[in-house]
Amino acid sequence: MTATEPETTVEITVDGAAVDAKPGEMLIAACERSGTYIPRFCYHSRMSPVGMCRMCLVEVDTGRGFALQPSCMVPVSEGMKVSTESEAAKKAQDGVLEFLLINHPLDCPVCDKGGECPLQDQTMAYGPGETRFVEEKRHFPKPIAISETVFLDRERCILCDRCTRFADEVAGDALIHFMGRGNHTEVNTFTGEPFASYFSGNTVQICPVGALTAAPYRFKARPWDLTESLSTAWVDSLGSRVAVQASRNRVLRVLGADADAVNWGWLSDKERFGFEALNSEARLPAPKIRAEADSDSREFRRAGWGEALEAVADALRAASPERVAVLGGARLTNEAQYMWAKLAKGVVGTDNVDSQLGDGLDPRLVLGLPRATIDDACRPGGTVLLVGPDPKEELPTLYLRLRHAIVNDGVRLVEVTPHATGLSHLAEHSLRPRPGTTAELVRALVLATDPDVLRSAAMEEPVLGALAAGSKSDRVSELRAALTTAETSFGTDRAGIESAARALSGAQGGLVAVLGRMSLAEPADILDDAARDLSRLPSVRVLPALRRGNAMGALEAGLAPDLVPGRMRLEEVGDGAPLAGCWPRLPASPGLDASGILRAAARGDIDVLVLLGADPLNDFVDRDLAYRGLRGASVVVAVDLFENDSVSLAARIVLPAAGPTECDGTFTNLEGRVSIMSRKVTPPGTARADWMIAADLSERLEPGSTDGLDPPQAIRAELARVSEVHAPLTEEALTQNHLEGVLLAGVGATGEAGGWHGGKEWRRSRRQAAPVTGPAGREDDPEAPAEGLNEGEFLLVATRTMYDDGMMLRHCPSSRDLAAAAAARINPADADRAGVEVGAAVRVVSDFGHIEATLTTDAGVPAGSLRVDWLAPGAPANRLIAAGTDVTVVRVEAW
Amino acid sequence: MTLSDANEAQAAEIIGWFPRPRSALIPLLHLAQAQDGYLTDGAMRRIAELVGATPAEVKGTAGFYEMFRFEPVGTYLVNVCTNISCLLWGGEELLEHACESLDVEVGGTTDDGMFTVEEAECIAACTEAPCLQVNYRYRGRVTPADFDRLIEDLRAGRAGIAGHGVLAQVRQSIPAERLAGVVPPEQAREAPVWLARNDVEAVR
Repeated sequence: MTATEPETTVEITVDGAAVDAKPGEMLIAACERSGTYIPRFCYHSRMSPVGMCRMCLVEVDTGRGFALQPSCMVPVSEGMKVSTESEAAKKAQDGVLEFLLINHPLDCPVCDKGGECPLQDQTMAYGPGETRFVEEKRHFPKPIAISETVFLDRERCILCDRCTRFADEVAGDALIHFMGRGNHTEVNTFTGEPFASYFSGNTVQICPVGALTAAPYRFKARPWDLTESLSTAWVDSLGSRVAVQASRNRVLRVLGADADAVNWGWLSDKERFGFEALNSEARLPAPKIRAEADSDSREFRRAGWGEALEAVADALRAASPERVAVLGGARLTNEAQYMWAKLAKGVVGTDNVDSQLGDGLDPRLVLGLPRATIDDACRPGGTVLLVGPDPKEELPTLYLRLRHAIVNDGVRLVEVTPHATGLSHLAEHSLRPRPGTTAELVRALVLATDPDVLRSAAMEEPVLGALAAGSKSDRVSELRAALTTAETSFGTDRAGIESAARALSGAQGGLVAVLGRMSLAEPADILDDAARDLSRLPSVRVLPALRRGNAMGALEAGLAPDLVPGRMRLEEVGDGAPLAGCWPRLPASPGLDASGILRAAARGDIDVLVLLGADPLNDFVDRDLAYRGLRGASVVVAVDLFENDSVSLAARIVLPAAGPTECDGTFTNLEGRVSIMSRKVTPPGTARADWMIAADLSERLEPGSTDGLDPPQAIRAELARVSEVHAPLTEEALTQNHLEGVLLAGVGATGEAGGWHGGKEWRRSRRQAAPVTGPAGREDDPEAPAEGLNEGEFLLVATRTMYDDGMMLRHCPSSRDLAAAAAARINPADADRAGVEVGAAVRVVSDFGHIEATLTTDAGVPAGSLRVDWLAPGAPANRLIAAGTDVTVVRVEAW
Repeated sequence: MTLSDANEAQAAEIIGWFPRPRSALIPLLHLAQAQDGYLTDGAMRRIAELVGATPAEVKGTAGFYEMFRFEPVGTYLVNVCTNISCLLWGGEELLEHACESLDVEVGGTTDDGMFTVEEAECIAACTEAPCLQVNYRYRGRVTPADFDRLIEDLRAGRAGIAGHGVLAQVRQSIPAERLAGVVPPEQAREAPVWLARNDVEAVR
């Protein structure tokens, strides 16, 4: 898969024809590649073979005569002769099917799998056709809910071990297992522990019978009534390839597509079941308008598109460009993002545009660093440095790929995260920086990779050490300083940093840094500093762990301050005809980012604020500032699928947009891989695609500015014309790479190839090292982990979880109850220090606000930290945080 | 119910015998069953923690083996053999007598929680037919009268058979001449040959 192709081949004979097989390949795979399909139930190319079902029995001769062997368990060998259609093979397959069907209920007419069922299909193709079993079949209670979404029908189960193998091998959540033996074997969970896996939906997709079904699709359709389009998952920035299936203009199911470079056919349950929100009754069907904020009526009234768009255009005409701002845009397709960038920057002329809500990465950093692909990160024998969020929570399908690479391909993981992640138990080194000191820890780590520097820094006498290091004395003193700061991190000792650094410097086979925002209580520029230091490592490449769907596309399309398509800054664009003459004008000067926009709006300096699928109230790091910004902007225009909290609070004009399965376009994932998004159904009511809304507004403001930009393909063509980066994005390339998508070139590993000033520009001067703030340490116990913190005080860590109280999940019937109740998690060692009993309802209080939660202990949280989920129901963590503060100190109070 | 303090200590020792904690799973299941007579959910959860598996994996593994039990049993589990030799020598009658005298169905437990009677397939003591086991300790050539005496002795604590709970702490005494020559792990000088070399390194 990711390994280099072996050059040698093994020649085998399949039904008399010579076939070249790959060494070590299983017979069943070699036959399939050469066009001979061998029936199977248990074999799955992405999991290890087990030989459970015996359906793939064929006759194999390795020199001792033909004998029946399961082809999924037999590796090919030179000169092997295979007969897949011999008398004996056919009889064996027929017999296996007859046995499998003995206890199978044959309730195909009412079974969801009927019509796409491997058991049904293969019985027709290879089976006996008649049964000799006249006795009563087995009966079990059914269906059994083994989780909130997945149902098990034991009568249909043929014990192929696919679901249990997936749970164990792929997901690492072995919460289902075979229990009992022989005739009594069954798939089961442990008493009281449901199959609560983020990946449970995959077991439904790979079940070769109808034994596992998922709530969103149960009894909704028959497979032959579904039409299918290849598309891209939209809930996170990984861009998993999916098959969207619909019937009668309604999306009914999303299945994972096996793109080798991306998701291997797997999906997280959020990617798989997130479509439910698109079918929600709460979708906005038509534009609506309401009177000014201070008027009597706050009720929306329904409006026509003409009226609503003219109202927006009027507001934009009336405002001077620097008093217009656009927030959001990661939900949009690349084409819509380009159209909105063009509208805002090229037509209106404002640069106050930010697709990230203060919770992302500096765009210059994302676009300016040498870029890694998922395959690069998972390359056998490589090393991954995770300085970012928990992949299991934020990029679950990336977690599956990384997990596979670590478990099976010898990839080594070093993680620098504020609390234990889903990969911690597989990590070679886990460093837990004290909130606010992440940058220092990364710097110490990077400096320590130089053995000379490390050795010298360890010497007692500073002078001696500096002498020993010779020309590296600067770095020695830097390392000393960084180590000193990092060592004040609770739980991070010098030895841990040193051994992690040795793992990095010894990285054979490539080093990939997965870089993203971890705790949202830490400001973004910590990551700038960390990235700056990371780039000192030779041959490091970066996989940016971006938040939200098409965040990468938004940055590439220029939906960020001081950026236009093609990774160019405003000052780099020529004076003549900007962007190949396609844009009427350009903003006069660089604009504001999300927090700048909200600050300006709160001051009353923003006349028109466009929320492009943004919900700053819930997503911006500082809820108070978001509130004041939304209330302070004169006219708030929302383009969204739902009336989210920010829209309810402040929007004057609401324009309903088409969802991800309702418009054509492309998606750019975190690697820069562009893949197709397909229109499968029509949007509700009169909702329009985002690009159409932008085009209409552009035309009203600047007639002729969008001439010829009608279908998304035309927009794509203009994008490829104005942006060198997007030049490879031809229709031909997209068609040819239908499954895996087209990879946009990033900055090369050498920093030479194209891009943003060769990857140097983002390296702005380093922030002053954050002093470890907080009151003096406790004198009675200098070893206390919570050095510098008073009794009952903690440093806040706020991280995202897969299930939260977000707008999309609120409208997914199968997932909306899965968000965990608000919990304040502290290290068990801190239980006494909290001043409140563990398990009690508490109020987590910062200088800026408070939330209510249950106090719990979690060994994955380092002592001294207190971890809350970002958007737990009723307890948004951004109430506690003020934008721009390095460290948030919180207390817990009984409540 | 989880593991008692004494059994926790023993579990730690057992885990130390193996190159990987997971390998200790089956011995730990025996330990837990000896403690409670059956595998409680709490004990399986604790074992899962100890060996680094999920409770589902622990239960799944235990479920493969017939002699691990998931339902409570009496202090003394009486297995009466009714296989061919015992059948010929009155095993059926012995089982019937056991059930009648203890007033239980086959598989049932007496009201006082002292005895559970089960029918066993061959327990490999055909020379001693009809035979039975009490908590896996053998009694051979058992007549109904012998059975009544045995029950009386068990009730009086004279039978020399421990009830579960302390079973794990009581070693069966095997005469020296009948030992198979297996060296106890703690006395072994060399790692067993079946351990791969890198495993041996890992152990050290």
